[in-house]
Amino acid sequence: MEQQSSLPRDSSLIRPEKKSFWQRISPTNDLAFRNWAIMPVLLILILLTLQPALQLIAMSVSDVGFEGGALQWEYVGGKHIQEMLSDPVVPDAFRNTLVYVVVVVIVETAVGLVLALAVSRVTHLVGFYRAIYVVPILIPPVAIGTIWRLMYDYNYGIINQLLTLVGIRGPTWTADPNLALISVMIVDFWHWTSFLFLILLAGVESLPHELNEAARVDGANNWQIYRYVVLPLLRPTILVAMMLRTIFAFKVFDQVFVLTGGGPGTASTVISMYIYEVFFVQFRLGYGALLALVTALLVSIFVIFYQWLNALVRARM
Amino acid sequence: MPRRRWQTLLLHGFLVLVALYIIAPMLFTFATSLKYQRDIISGSFSFEPTMLNYDELFFGRRSSFIDLTRNSVVVGTGSMVVVIVTAALAAYSLSRFRWRKIYTAVIMSWLVFVHMLPPITLVGPFHLTARLLGIYDTPLAVIMAHTVLNLPLAFWMLHSYFTDIPLELEEAASIDGANRMQSFWRIILPLTKPGLAATAVLVFVFSWKDFLFALSLTRSKAATTIPVGIASFVQEYNIRYGEMAAAAFFATLPALILVAIAQRQIVKGLTLGALKG
Repeated sequence: MEQQSSLPRDSSLIRPEKKSFWQRISPTNDLAFRNWAIMPVLLILILLTLQPALQLIAMSVSDVGFEGGALQWEYVGGKHIQEMLSDPVVPDAFRNTLVYVVVVVIVETAVGLVLALAVSRVTHLVGFYRAIYVVPILIPPVAIGTIWRLMYDYNYGIINQLLTLVGIRGPTWTADPNLALISVMIVDFWHWTSFLFLILLAGVESLPHELNEAARVDGANNWQIYRYVVLPLLRPTILVAMMLRTIFAFKVFDQVFVLTGGGPGTASTVISMYIYEVFFVQFRLGYGALLALVTALLVSIFVIFYQWLNALVRARM
Repeated sequence: MPRRRWQTLLLHGFLVLVALYIIAPMLFTFATSLKYQRDIISGSFSFEPTMLNYDELFFGRRSSFIDLTRNSVVVGTGSMVVVIVTAALAAYSLSRFRWRKIYTAVIMSWLVFVHMLPPITLVGPFHLTARLLGIYDTPLAVIMAHTVLNLPLAFWMLHSYFTDIPLELEEAASIDGANRMQSFWRIILPLTKPGLAATAVLVFVFSWKDFLFALSLTRSKAATTIPVGIASFVQEYNIRYGEMAAAAFFATLPALILVAIAQRQIVKGLTLGALKG
């Protein structure tokens, strides 16, 4: 008797009322709300990333163009692959991109690590340093390119003015075929080192502090602690950070556009710059699509490797 | 311990030098933006400051910088609203409901790819689609692109904010008879207000920063944004250094303001966005 009276009086528990179609899809129904809530993002992903990806594949085997405002679309099969293999700029663009990526990743990781270790050793002003260092990541890259272009200016730029003060005649920087790519890299160091710094600092700060103290009690000096305790523990974080920076470095476009426009000649033409030129200067949409597709596949290999690495590192920690 | 003290002092000296190295280019640009052309050419370090360049930049006869600023604000706000609403709903659904593992995994790594592949790969199809839909050279086209650009980061940030809220709060609400939509609206969202604000501001700044999509989806002052305007300065034959510096400095302002008021959340968001995936 008592048990029966403790049951809720709601009859639905005893004989579940069959819900109408409208009740089942109403967002007040929890399961329906779960499904509704994911819909907008799913729709965006399908319409604005999956559809463009398929379109890119279709474009890469076609000749696409606008004739008098109307879209012309003609299937040409593997023609663009032939074009790519005989295009003299493609090897240049890939070589420049590769050199660029390797150099900036190595330099920025090394400097970022030094900065992270230095900041982790001080107790005052940490927030101040972090605030200053993070600024370049949030500034429009076009503004960064413009700022450095003003500084690189052969006649009026501050860099050459300072060089004149010490009696050196400055080079033309972005207009010099041997210095153009290096000039862009120098800007990249300024722009992106703090990104590595932030990730590595988070890594350093999450290390167990007791280990350092234990090593110190055992008589290790600062250098030994870094060499044999901190660095080995930090290695997974460093690897993940380098991988991530590698992937992002392939995106480089804005600064190159503003600083050198890819020139002189193809001296600083990176892959994004060349694809842009093929698309919007030469108006070869089909060929540009093939180059974009090849780039996407190439970077995808890195992304898959990164995800595998990241999962591995997190499973170990 | 005098040796320890010296070390700390040396470390601070080094860190301050790095900070100066980061600030110097911005200071140089700000100084250039306040100079008359003759002071820029003579390269003197002392000069008589003037607002002439800013005046010319915004109110000059050939200037469309006010239009560009308006477009940047419209595009930034538009993509911010779309991204926050859709990402919040999706993050709530995926962080607080049971889903089959495979669905979560597919959406998560899909977002990783969107975040990581070079934007240039999407530019061609976006350009075609925008022209076919007749939205080429309208802010709508840029908002569309910036939604894709910002969705992954916003999703990860909100996902982590939602996960931090104890489940008991929602359980209590459900005992009181609230359904999940109500508990999302009345409990989760109010509790994550600071996180929502940080995410929204970051989305705005990233939209403000973008150049490639704005460049390839617009052509006139009806829709072009500030970065595209700055780049066109650089391409002019007769370079106007002062105005160029003024424009570049103006474009950095949102970032500077943001860092000044919300350094902690921004740093957290950036590191999180980097390491999530």
